[in-house]
Amino acid sequence: MTDTAQTPLWEVFIRPRNGLAHRHCGSLHAADATMALQAARDVYTRREEGQSIWVIPSSEIVASDPNDKETFFDPAGDKIYRHPTFYDIPDDVGHM
Amino acid sequence: MYSQGLNGQNLDVNETPEFLAAFQARIDADEKIEPNDPMPAAYRKTLIRQIGQHAHSEIVGMLPEANWITRAPTLRRKTALLAKVQDEGGHGLYLYSAAETLGVSREAMTEELLSGKAKYSSIFNYPTLSWADMGAIGWLVDGAAIMNQVPLCRCSYGPYARAMIRVCKEESFHQRQGYELMISLCNGTAAQKAMAQDSLNRWWWPSLMMFGPSDSDSQHSDQSTAWKIKRFTNDELRQKFVDATVKQADHLGLSIPDPDLVWNETKNDGQGGYDFGDIDWDEFWKVVKGHGPMNKDRIAARKQAWEEGAWVREAALAYAEKQKQQTAQQVTA
Repeated sequence: MTDTAQTPLWEVFIRPRNGLAHRHCGSLHAADATMALQAARDVYTRREEGQSIWVIPSSEIVASDPNDKETFFDPAGDKIYRHPTFYDIPDDVGHM
Repeated sequence: MYSQGLNGQNLDVNETPEFLAAFQARIDADEKIEPNDPMPAAYRKTLIRQIGQHAHSEIVGMLPEANWITRAPTLRRKTALLAKVQDEGGHGLYLYSAAETLGVSREAMTEELLSGKAKYSSIFNYPTLSWADMGAIGWLVDGAAIMNQVPLCRCSYGPYARAMIRVCKEESFHQRQGYELMISLCNGTAAQKAMAQDSLNRWWWPSLMMFGPSDSDSQHSDQSTAWKIKRFTNDELRQKFVDATVKQADHLGLSIPDPDLVWNETKNDGQGGYDFGDIDWDEFWKVVKGHGPMNKDRIAARKQAWEEGAWVREAALAYAEKQKQQTAQQVTA
């Protein structure tokens, strides 16, 4: 029963309809790209959930390390001047 | 729904009291736990067991209904049954993927199912003896499954919750097609209606057992509730199911095979609910431990499918490897 261990893992991204971005919806095992696409069609779009599918070998994705979450993301935490509410505009100016 | 294998998972967590308290605080604040987050080993283990069992139940659950696909009486019923069984295969795959995000391999889960080490829902160890069983399974078994699964959409573990949202969306048709099938039989000849009643008689009690042991005997409930893996107790969900199902049986003109079933207006905090008879827990444990009518057949069928599919998996991998080498040669040529 060693063969599934060798069957590569793919991440599946689906564009539900034109105008929306492809969105990660799950993963699956498949021997090659063609089979991964067909399996993604069968597993994730049985009810017309997609207009377009991307499959990407999981091993090809580079992800941020959860252990670095704080050093990676915290620097944005104190930059409140990047948000519109940081700036005072008198009410009588109206919506801006 | 979830991505897996994106990071080397650090499974070792030093479970200091501070760590456990902080983890519980995240759960209490209704934060979702995601695959690479640090988590207590017992939380991981509980989820692997539960999601794995759930996935196995979907896969084994294909067998009792697949039994009738070739004998469906009309094309309409056949397409519905095919779509339902295909959905169950899909649900198994969503769930296996969710379990894999916790660091268990698909291979290990398959091995546990085939060796009998992993459990699956006891309901699938009963035989499907008549066409009416396709109706009763959709109506009762999927009905009970939905009752169980809807609260899981809010489970604290993100990948499991997201898989369940998808499953629940798709499963509504499973119950409706089953109930519609029962309506057809009950509006048919006396023999057809008797077939529907016989089916209800056989599936009623096993369906109630699907919610698991009584709260007083359930070994996993308390901790799972604290971790928000479980949102309602087995007995609460069972009561909800009985209360919802009795009037559906009335509508069909079928009688529920329980002489102790009686309306009790003081139940459910005064909203009323049904009292029902004692469940045969000896039968339940016998089936769980492998001695139900179909346990051996189900595992034998899964083993056969796995073994007879081996050459397909091998051929697909060999073909992929060959294509890769040919592409490499073209590049260097």
